Amino acid sequence: MMRMQPDSEFSGAPVPAAAVPVAIELSDASVTFGRGDRAVPALSKTMLRIADGEFVALVGPSGCGKSTILRLASGLVQPTTGVVIVGGREVAARALRVGMAFQNPTMLPWMTIERNIMLPLKIVEPFRSQFRKLRKTEFRDKANALLEQVGLKGFGSRFPWQLSGGMLQRANLCRALIHEPRMLLLDEPFGALDQFTREELWSILQDLWMTHKPTVLLVTHDLREAAFLASRICVMSARPGRIVDDSPVTFSRPRTVAMTFEPDFVALNQKLRTFIVDARSAPAEGAT
Amino acid sequence: MSASDLRQKAWSAALIVLFFVAWELFCVMTGMSDLVLPRPSEVFVTLYQKFPLLWPHILQTLATTMIGFVLGVWLGVLLGAVIGVSKTAYDTAYPLLVGFSSIPKVAVVPIFVLWFGSGSVPAVLTALSICFFPIVVNIATGLATTEPELEDVLKALGASKLDILWNVGLPRTMPFFFASLKVAISYAFVGAVLSETVASNRGIGNVMMTASSNFNVPLVFAGLFVLAGLGVALYVIFSLIEGRVTGWATRKNDLIAT
Ligand SMILES: Nc1ncnc2c1ncn2[C@@H]1O[C@H](COP(=O)(O)OP(=O)(O)OP(=O)(O)O)[C@@H](O)[C@H]1O
Ligand SMILES: [Mg+2]
Repeated sequence: MMRMQPDSEFSGAPVPAAAVPVAIELSDASVTFGRGDRAVPALSKTMLRIADGEFVALVGPSGCGKSTILRLASGLVQPTTGVVIVGGREVAARALRVGMAFQNPTMLPWMTIERNIMLPLKIVEPFRSQFRKLRKTEFRDKANALLEQVGLKGFGSRFPWQLSGGMLQRANLCRALIHEPRMLLLDEPFGALDQFTREELWSILQDLWMTHKPTVLLVTHDLREAAFLASRICVMSARPGRIVDDSPVTFSRPRTVAMTFEPDFVALNQKLRTFIVDARSAPAEGAT
Repeated sequence: MSASDLRQKAWSAALIVLFFVAWELFCVMTGMSDLVLPRPSEVFVTLYQKFPLLWPHILQTLATTMIGFVLGVWLGVLLGAVIGVSKTAYDTAYPLLVGFSSIPKVAVVPIFVLWFGSGSVPAVLTALSICFFPIVVNIATGLATTEPELEDVLKALGASKLDILWNVGLPRTMPFFFASLKVAISYAFVGAVLSETVASNRGIGNVMMTASSNFNVPLVFAGLFVLAGLGVALYVIFSLIEGRVTGWATRKNDLIAT
């Protein structure tokens, strides 16, 4: 099905929407950083297919290539071999305008939170051409609506140094969502936060996802976090990584922190844990 | 402004007054000749009397300084941006820049005079060539320190290099830039006066040269006072601008965000 895509684009015809739209597809994608004897294989022949609107969590031992998959999906890295298709195209041009957030919130210290959050609107069309006209009215309301949704009402006019780490991370989520991206790529967004703030932000992220329904790919080290948020969890082997397990998470939504202590949930966590412990100890197949 | 700030300012002022008083006393007690070291009171009187004569020269020096400074800033920002954006350019161009900057600028004045004759042009060029280097270095450093994560976020949005430069790179260099402006304006001023003393018939530098060849020592010192006053004024103006524009960089808790 995907092989048809280049042909239809070539003939200039509009690409028909597939029955089950695929947001991200990695086929046999591998990535090697560097060349010659200093080459580091980061990812080996990975297959991954994420449907539109899915929430997928990616877990695995440290250094296995999780961030690399994220960078592939965002077009920041090209696959060394294999194909990466995002939103129906090979990621060559970063035409997709995905929202990204990292562990480090990187708010610009010379701008208020509100203006930091509006930064993507300065870059992404069609907002970009309207930015001068609307930044004081519509865009600002948009930013403040998001801020309210993450519990930062009234903090828009503060500067980043006036906010705590958890608050900055909420603002970071807002910045990733302001331009209504169809896809959200999160790399350990809550890694630096304490347990309670983290749990609070899980609920917020779940709400955001349920209202905006973007496709989310979340990299995390926290198995509870993965099971709480995701509708599907992919487990990766040690470097060079491959996906060794891919299972759906069927708990009903909205999920609550209390649910994470129920037997089913704990059992899932235990299962994931075993996978990762195995992945850590056994070198991946085909690794050199 | 806090009380300790005020106290410190008062001490600074007292020290300046003390300096002039000590100088005056020294001249009076040793019976120092006017031709060697005039009394400051005498210098101030000369300054007051000769001010109408000095005024056009002050304007001349200020004009050449400012023109050289503005051109130097443009050149410095441009070069700094080019060098700062690309690591390769940074590594390649740095040795040349360092080599250029370590040439004593007195040595280039005769060359400028040779090319452009004496007058305003060599003064402007000397000012320019002295003042652009700190700007290049600061802009390049500021640009080279952009967080890679933020760059990724913006690139994933489809931002071009220019977008990133404009929205993140350049604003981030502002504290560096204004800090360098403060230094650069002083350098430009030194360069302009230097060139005037060697080759010009206008400007404060030239007034001082002429006065010294006429043994009009109080006038030489009056010129010196003018130079000191202008230098301080320019420095203060650019410090104030710096404080207003880049207040965010001096917040103590700035680093929380990073
Ligand atoms: N730019 C790069 N140049 C060279 N090697 C790299 C580069 N980026 C990543 N790597 C290597 O690729 C491997 C996978 O990196 P990646 O960042 O994807 O791991 P990760 O799964 O996100 O790890 P962690 O959980 O610790 O964040 C690592 O071994 C790393 O050393
Ligand atoms: Mg990582």
